[in-house]
Amino acid sequence: MLLFLMRRIGVMIVTALCLTFVVFYLTNLPAKLETLAKTQAGSRMSDAEVARWLERNGYGSPVVVRYGEWLGVLPGWVRDDESGALRGRCVDRIGPEAAGTRCGLLQGYWGQSTRFRESVANVIGARLGATGWLMLWVLIVMVPMALVVGVLAGMREGSRTDRTLSTFAIASTATPEYVSGVLFIALLASSTVGLSPLLVNWGAIDGPVLFQGNARSALEQITFWNFALPVMTIALYGMGYVARITRASMTEVMTQQYVRTARLKGVSFANIVLKHALRNALIAPFTVIMLQIPWLLNGVVVVEVLFSYPGFGWTLFEAAVNNDIELLLAASVVAVVVVLVTQLISDVGYVYLNPRIRIS
Amino acid sequence: MEPLGWLEIFARIAWQLLPVWVALLITFALSLRFKRRLGLYGKLFDSTVGMIGFAIVMFWVFAAVFADFIITHDPLSQVSRMRNVVPGTPLPNPGNLYEYYLLGGDALARDVFSRAVMGAREVLRIAPFAAMISFMIGISLGLPAGYLGGRLDTGLTFLANLVLAFPVILLFFLLVAPEIQNTMIPTVMAGVLFLVPVLFVMVLLNARFFTQPGKRNLYVGLVLGFGLWAYSGLAFNADPLGFWGMSPNLLNVFVAVVFVNAPTVFRIVRGITMDIKTRDYVAAAQTRGEGPWYIMLWEILPNARGPLIVDFCLRIGYTTILLGTLGFFGLGVTPESPDWGSTINAGRRLLTVYPHPALVPALSLMSLVLGLNLLADGLREESLKD
Repeated sequence: MLLFLMRRIGVMIVTALCLTFVVFYLTNLPAKLETLAKTQAGSRMSDAEVARWLERNGYGSPVVVRYGEWLGVLPGWVRDDESGALRGRCVDRIGPEAAGTRCGLLQGYWGQSTRFRESVANVIGARLGATGWLMLWVLIVMVPMALVVGVLAGMREGSRTDRTLSTFAIASTATPEYVSGVLFIALLASSTVGLSPLLVNWGAIDGPVLFQGNARSALEQITFWNFALPVMTIALYGMGYVARITRASMTEVMTQQYVRTARLKGVSFANIVLKHALRNALIAPFTVIMLQIPWLLNGVVVVEVLFSYPGFGWTLFEAAVNNDIELLLAASVVAVVVVLVTQLISDVGYVYLNPRIRIS
Repeated sequence: MEPLGWLEIFARIAWQLLPVWVALLITFALSLRFKRRLGLYGKLFDSTVGMIGFAIVMFWVFAAVFADFIITHDPLSQVSRMRNVVPGTPLPNPGNLYEYYLLGGDALARDVFSRAVMGAREVLRIAPFAAMISFMIGISLGLPAGYLGGRLDTGLTFLANLVLAFPVILLFFLLVAPEIQNTMIPTVMAGVLFLVPVLFVMVLLNARFFTQPGKRNLYVGLVLGFGLWAYSGLAFNADPLGFWGMSPNLLNVFVAVVFVNAPTVFRIVRGITMDIKTRDYVAAAQTRGEGPWYIMLWEILPNARGPLIVDFCLRIGYTTILLGTLGFFGLGVTPESPDWGSTINAGRRLLTVYPHPALVPALSLMSLVLGLNLLADGLREESLKD
């Protein structure tokens, strides 16, 4: 087990290095650096001025070297300004004595965000917190709903309940977040159409709309009315897939010998489902739920942009749109780490939950 | 003129869609009549779910094909005083234009109905082909990885996992951008990705006919000529006859979508191959002395078709969703493009006041993907029966 874990973690580190290099390369293309120079130092620069600005700010060295600097395995760049002042990667932050030392990801230095004019570590930390709440509620809503739908559909294969719930699951996988979000807002959070004007007419609600179409207020305080729509939007799309896997796993378990034996012994159907079948049927959904978390990231970006909720996904979007290189890099590192860690947990959990698999 | 009521709006939309209904009717009549002779396709008509899915998919296919006859206005033209109007509003002075905006107007006073229909064409022009190329790449790499195993398998699996560990949305932000379009990256990627289908078909035919060199040379030569012709146009925009070609925008989107999809297909094909290669008929072929490519392409692949066809339908749906996501973030689309994703994006700013410009494309996209998923479900059910 230990060897397996170590090998997995080794592969993980190699993967993370490859992916961050790809991101680093793509964000540091000459064209993008030119955009950066123009946004930072004035849009009417000539090509020669751009080149000089890049050289002066340490973007002149080859990509691999700069990747090493960013990672913190190579010493940071040092230049002498025209005026004789010392400039360098670490100088602005720590002071002249740090010139030429290593300062990068490994030393805990994530860089400076050009979009938010703040240190990247602060931005990412704060936004991740906001997204953490969103994800927590999504999982609280999504997982039980998916499992219940899957188990109910799978316990009697081919029945009417099964047909209805399966169709529902298919429909939910066919509704991406930007569609369901739009539908929810139009139905529940619009002052002119949908449910809200009706309710206002009847005097059932005080405000103009039932739910808030904008989740920014959830940063201060999460309420049902400002958080339900974003959470439902993400949960709905993720739910269908988990429910279908649960259903498949459940139908398979229900045809097993031990379930038949239990039935012949005269155990009640509820008991069979809850005590004999359920535990074995939940192994597959567990891994799928873990693997679903990185997929939710997609939804998180869409939903946070749609509901203007300033979380991690919104930050990623802003960083990409504004070509904020260091913020985008940091966001990618976080995203890649989330993907790899959930994969690891899913693998380890699968081995742990399923006694038939042994890793020697 | 009076604005139209909902009943009349629907009646007029149904009338506009007449070519689609006729085509659907003909398709269904012919298919039901000859369903016993049509193999898996015919069996689809035994399952209600599959039939509903097929009907929805074909509805959009025909809508895309006959879009020029269906639309009531030019999807790009703006009519003054029709900004954000509700469905069924008459035009102030129609002249020789259609008298109404059947599903209202958008923020730039364009007809929502016509844009939604034209959007179907945009989506169906890319999604099935992107899914097909992803499949060819996934198959041509997944078969040897699963069948031969060893170093090749380890290397390819690592690469596939590498791409899969990339959050899709991040990849899109990085890969589909105007700055990237000016570099060599999309062209190089297209050069690699589009070469695989040509090689795939060549190897496929070569493995089948290599005992009859005459036939082999003819077929492989034809494929090579045609393939390289299309390849030069699609990947490098250098078709001498100017028949094949893609705008840099489209190429960028296409490459990104294929790049995201291919590793998943690879994993599926690899898994199925590893399962099938233990069967007796593969052992029999090995004993007969068949070459590895013949076994992979003519013994294993046909027997893996069931799950692959099902996944192909699902993948077209997923590709549609990805294209919508790209449009939603305004990546890789021309500003005026009527595709559903960017129309939703344009409509979301005024969503709480005027929901119809965003609702119509949202429902269209949802119904197409739902149709594809139902079709896949029906196919799965029917292919499991035998």
